[in-house]
This record gives sequence, structure tokens and C-alpha cells, in this order.
Amino acid sequence: MSATMTHPVAVERPTSKYQSFLSRRAGMMPTFAAVAILAVLLACAEAFLRGDFLSPGNISALLLDNAYLLILAVGMTFVILTAGIDLSVGSVMAFTGILGAQLLASGVPAWLAVVVMLAGGAVIGLLIGVLVQYFSVQPFIASLAGLFLARGLAYVVSLSSIKVEDPAILWLQTNRIRLGDWYITPTGIIALLAVAVAAFALHLTRFGRTIYAIGGNEQSARLMGLEVARTKVSAYVISGFCGGLSGLVLTAYSGAGYPRNGIGTELDAIAAVVIGGTLLIGGRGYVLGSLVGVFVYGTIKTIISFMGAEQSWMQIIIGSLLLLVIVVQRAIVARSERRR
Amino acid sequence: MAADTEVPPIVEMRGITIRFPGVLALDDVDFLLRPGEIHSLMGENGAGKSTLIKALTGVYAVDSGTITVAGERRTFTSTADAQAAGISTVYQEVNLCPNLTVGENVMLGHEPRRGSAIDWRATHAQADRHLRGLGMEVDPRSLLSTHSIAIQQLVAISRAMVLESKVLILDEPTSSLDRDEVEQLFGVIRELRNSGVAILFVSHFLDQVYEISDRITVLRNGALVGSYPIGDLPRDALVTKMIGRELDDLEALSRSAHRAIDRTGEPVLRAEGVGRRGVLEPADLEVYTGEVVGLAGLLGSGRTELVRLLYGADRPDHGHVTVNGKAARITSPRHAIDRRISFSSEDRRGEGIVADLTVAENIVLGIQARKGWMRKIRKAEQDAVVAEYIEALGVKPADPQLVVANLSGGNQQKVLLARWLATAPELLVLDEPTRGIDVGAKADIQHKVSELSAQGLSVIFISSELEEVLRLAQRIAVLRDRRKIGELDSGEVDLDGLIDYLANEGKGSAA
Repeated sequence: MSATMTHPVAVERPTSKYQSFLSRRAGMMPTFAAVAILAVLLACAEAFLRGDFLSPGNISALLLDNAYLLILAVGMTFVILTAGIDLSVGSVMAFTGILGAQLLASGVPAWLAVVVMLAGGAVIGLLIGVLVQYFSVQPFIASLAGLFLARGLAYVVSLSSIKVEDPAILWLQTNRIRLGDWYITPTGIIALLAVAVAAFALHLTRFGRTIYAIGGNEQSARLMGLEVARTKVSAYVISGFCGGLSGLVLTAYSGAGYPRNGIGTELDAIAAVVIGGTLLIGGRGYVLGSLVGVFVYGTIKTIISFMGAEQSWMQIIIGSLLLLVIVVQRAIVARSERRR
Repeated sequence: MAADTEVPPIVEMRGITIRFPGVLALDDVDFLLRPGEIHSLMGENGAGKSTLIKALTGVYAVDSGTITVAGERRTFTSTADAQAAGISTVYQEVNLCPNLTVGENVMLGHEPRRGSAIDWRATHAQADRHLRGLGMEVDPRSLLSTHSIAIQQLVAISRAMVLESKVLILDEPTSSLDRDEVEQLFGVIRELRNSGVAILFVSHFLDQVYEISDRITVLRNGALVGSYPIGDLPRDALVTKMIGRELDDLEALSRSAHRAIDRTGEPVLRAEGVGRRGVLEPADLEVYTGEVVGLAGLLGSGRTELVRLLYGADRPDHGHVTVNGKAARITSPRHAIDRRISFSSEDRRGEGIVADLTVAENIVLGIQARKGWMRKIRKAEQDAVVAEYIEALGVKPADPQLVVANLSGGNQQKVLLARWLATAPELLVLDEPTRGIDVGAKADIQHKVSELSAQGLSVIFISSELEEVLRLAQRIAVLRDRRKIGELDSGEVDLDGLIDYLANEGKGSAA
């Protein structure tokens, strides 16, 4: 069927480059803001610490110290893009971490322990996803249930810390690949790989575009004939899987599993995602923004420990920043709604 | 160009029956749709139009009956199924994703790929081709939310083209478009028809139905009334078939407009020079006891703005108002309600009805507003008032415990009207009370307004349908371009005269 009109009936072309940029890139503004925040922070750090901060060593450490958080933020980005939320990831990280440590301690081969950790995270994610999609439970409530479940399971596995001595797992953290003054460990590579895979999936696959469509308007996505149910459940499975992966990375990083790990870390992950420019109403944001958000988070933490200030300042600053970002995002959304 | 009846139908629905708990939504309905025709589906709200469409698009399963598409028996279980069979739907509320680009909205789920990666350049190029095919020059990389509803509507149609749809269902596509935009849309629809697409069109606007349709099928109370070529069905016959009763009672109404109004005493409301910079030029308006004053003007002429200023929903920056002869400063709706002025907004869902509450609760809100929020109202009194208004306005179904969201648009409007009447106003402002509701409910509401005004209620009545204004109002204030241009006595002007006045008065051309 080809209907070809002789005269254009509707012309809405941008008249200037600026307008064209705005009409195409309005959704990127919050992420640009995140990059600006990071730049300002780094400049401040550099000024406060008299040029000691922006060294390759510090930047490398920033990535490695926050690799677990970055992985959680990647998973969280999928969920938030569908206009959902996953509160379980901190507990899932603790649960899979202690589970892995326990398995290794009882002589299970490393590869199997890793598979169980990842699968464990994914299964909890699946549970939450099914609750959300098929039982119409609010994501907040469903993942809160997941949070308690995973935390409880972690305590069931062990109440105290279990040391990890498996060389393969420890290798993930101890093996430093150096490039001049820069260095990275396999845990850092895993985190960056997670970002890369997520960016590919979100921007270059139909699955990823369906995630965005659901966040934009779930009803529309369904009426457009997209695979809404499967995609939404998958988002939670991905988040749970990332929880497991993060458990692995944290276990390697700290050399032990500990059931009280990651209390409140889900909120850090959400904060990083939101600061990185992903809107909580869904459909708008970028996983690279979440990377920036994690760096903002890590930089603030580093500055505070460099300055020897109380850790409570960390929460005050992150809290204020989050507030600011959310207000700015709200303004952006309100503006785009007014324009219609 | 009526479709040739010899062409075999692309969609053949036979004996379709759908039951909902307690309701027979569709009763043995036949419906045929042929390629290359624009076929309007007409009926009141609740007649079964949406149910029939939802049966065809796989949203509802049919209890009995058969659906044949392009000669093949089909059972759809989802919209995706129906789309795969070549049936696409464009809804009233554009069902696209505002956060994605125009191009992506057109192509979503059908993007060309290299390996598993979407080829964005090709995606946008294809989208552009489809958009241009419909005569649209729109940057496919721009965000959908930066465009008007009309453009979004056309983007939704472009999407149907990507799916190679043979059947396009347009459900109330024009309700938020202005005149030019409707023309654009109709241009596209006609092109599609000429290229062999079968188009199912649903609209409340009779003018539009008669402008574009080749054929009309009428449903009433879930049953088929008949299917007619447009030429065989004059408007009055159509309306009679839709509401199943003669239009006599509506005609009787028109006499109410000529009721004499006593304008010797103090008016209920006298506004002098009320206006607001950039919103409305200063305007005068008087409303006497028992009088219906119509406001006529196009969308955006300042009709709504004027009543919002009078009601205190927006603050006027000059002019003054007297109510029953006493100076009144009305700067918030609270002040207006205290002076027994009620305002029913044109935005029924947004500013009127509370969709999640029951019919009874919505009506009680009105009494509560009058009595003050802290005062408890006895249950028996509530029930009595609720029952009275349900009865008086003919809310259907007459169940006070029904959640309002489940009522049809017309019945929601009746509940809203009941709520404002429960505030016992002296002056009732109705902004587009009959928009988007069916003919039967329209008649009921017009009746009620006429009856109440005869009993002494003063009414300011706004409607885009000038016939309606002429029928109800004794006096008509005409607005254009955010300015009141004059007043007419409805006894001295007919529809053509009013249109002419609205278009030409004060422009220096023939009056």
C-alpha cells in the first residue's frame, strides 16, 4: 500500500539549528546536567586538594572502589526506565555474596559458585518482575518484599562474615592491569563491560527500545503490539542478575562475604541513576548517565574522606544534590508537557 | 465515491455477541467493511461501538460469532494479533510514546536491523519515507512530544502504514483537533481510501461523519440498527436511528429560548469591564434571574476565559462584579461558591469529576462544598439528595454505588451536573457540558437546563455547537479573538445569522 500525497499537508520542520537541537535532544538535558555536576565536582576537588585529586591513580581507584555500585546502577537503570523501582538490589548483593562465600568455603568449584550467585540474583529479580507484571503489585512493594527475602536468606546462609580464599575469585581484584599510572582490575572491567552491554541493549536492540516505550507510555506500548509483559519482567531479571554480579564483585573486592553488606546500597544506586539524568517517571535517561552518576557519588565520597570530614556529610551532600536534580528534572518535564 | 458493494469485504463480522457481567454489550451484530471505503460506526455512548472495535482489534474476546479478515477466519487474543492480520487502530488519546522520536514511534518494533543491532539511519530514513507518503514534512529525529496533537495523530497513522495495514480504525481522531488540522487528517484519510485501505471511522461530530463517510452503520443498545450508504441516510434519520426516538422533544426545547425574561430588576450577576491583560479584553455581562445566557465563539475566542474570570478560577486585573446588586470581589472559586455561583469546567476529567469515587460520593461533594467541609451531613439526607438527582437527570445505570470511571461520558457529565446542582446555585456556569457525549445524553442535559432555568436558575451556557446555544439561550454574547464583540437576542437570529455575526461583525465587512 503506498499512498502518496501530491502536496504536503503538514509541515513541522525546525527553523534553526538551535531549535532542531532542542527538538531532538531535549531528553538528554538531565544527562548533560549530570556531566556538568561531575565537572564542577572534579574542579572543586582539584582546587580543595591542591591539584592532588585528578591523578590517574585516583581516577582508577574511583572506578574500582565503586564497581559494585556501578553494576547495581546499570541494572537499576533498566528498571527505572520502565518507570519501576527495585529496592532489593542491596540485599540481593549481600545474599549472593555470602552465598558464594559459603559455597566456596564448602569446596564448591569457583565457576559453579559464580553461576549460582548470578542465577540466585536473577531468580529474585524474576520473582519481583512476575509480581509486578502479572499480579499488578506496585514495584515499590514487590521489590521491598524482595529486599526482606534476600536479606533474610543472607542471614540464613550465615550470620557472620565468611572469608574467601579461592584464588580465582581473589584474582578478580588482585590482578592489576597497568597502563602507565592507570590501572584496572577484572572487577573494574566487569563493571565497564556491564555498562557497555547495557548501552548496546538499550540503544540498539528492540528489547531496549521496548524498555523506553514502556516508560514513555505502557498502555501505548501494549497497543503498538510490543512485548510489554516479557520486557518488563526482563528488566527486573536484569536488575537481579546485576545484584548477583555486584555480589561477586564486592566479594572479590573485600575478600569475604558478609550478610550485612549493602544495607541502604539500593538507595545509593537509585541516587546515582537519578543524578545521572534518568527520570523516575520512566522512559528518559541513559545508562552512560548512570556511569556519570556513580562517579559523582564516588567523587563526593572521596572528597569527604580526603578532607577527613564526618561520613554523615556524605549523606547530607548526596541528599541535597538529589533534591536539586529532582527539582530540575521536574522543571524539565513540566516544560516539555507545557509545550504540547 | 461510495465503495462498490460488489467488492468482497476485507472484514466480515457475523453474529458477534459479547457479554459483560450483567450486560449484553453486543447482541448478534453483523458488520462488513470493504476495501476502499470510509465507513462510519455511529451510536450513542453505550451503544456498543467501542466494544465492536475492541472485538475487532483483539482487546475483547467474542462470546459467539465469527470474524473473517481477508477471507480467513480469525480469533484475535491481543492487539498484536490484530495488527499482524493488518488491522491498525488510531485512538482518540494518541497512543504513542512521547519520550521517543517521531521516527522511532513510526517504526517501533519494525526497525531495520543489521545483525541484532538496530540500523538507526535506515530506521529514520524509512520513517521519513512513510511520513512523506502521508504528506508530512517532519524531522523524524525530533521528539514526539515537541509536536502538536494533530501531528501526533498523523504519526500514528504513518505507523499503521508501516504495518501495511489493510484496515485502519480511527476512534474519535478529531476530538482534539482544530478545523485546519481536521482538514489535514481528512486529506490523508481520503488518500488512503483511494489506495484501497478500508477505514472505520468513529466520531461524535455529525458534520465530519457526513463530510467523509461513504457508508454508515448504526448501533443502538448493543444491537445492529442497520448499515446504509451515506446518500440514503439524511441526518435527521440518522439521529432518529441512533437515539431510537423522534427529535420532537428537542424541537420543543427550542421554544424555551423565546421565553420572556424580566430584565427590570437587579441582575443576578452584573460584570462591568472584567478582563485580564493578555487573556481577555474588558467585557460586560449581565445575567438575570431565570435567564440562560449563551456564550458563542470559536475555541480560543475567550469564552472559557471570561467565565473563569467571573468564577475566580483566574484573577481579573480590572473590572468589577456585582451579585444581586451587591459589589462582590471574586478572586477564588471559594468566593464564587459562597455567592451561589457554580462552574462546571470544560475539562470534565481533569477539573470536574472524581473518577475513582462513586456516583453518590461525587454528588455529595457538591452538598459538602455548600455546607462547608467540616460539617457532617447525615447519611439519610445524602441518600435522599443523591437519589433525587440520579432520578432527575436520568443517570444510567441508576446505581449510586457505581464508580464514576465506569460510566459513559454522557452519564459522567450528568453526575457532574448533579453535583453542581446539589450546591443549590443561583447561577450555574456550564462550559461545554455536552462535548463528546452522545445525542441522547445531550438532549437530557439540554432539557434539564431548560427546565431549571424556567424555575428561576440563571445559567451561562458555553458550547461549540451553535444550534445548542440558539436552542437554549435567550440572549447570546458573542466573542472573538479574546474580545466580546456583541450580544444577540436569540429570538431575532438564526444559525446562519449567528455564524455570520461571529465571523464578520466589527470587521467592517457585511454584517
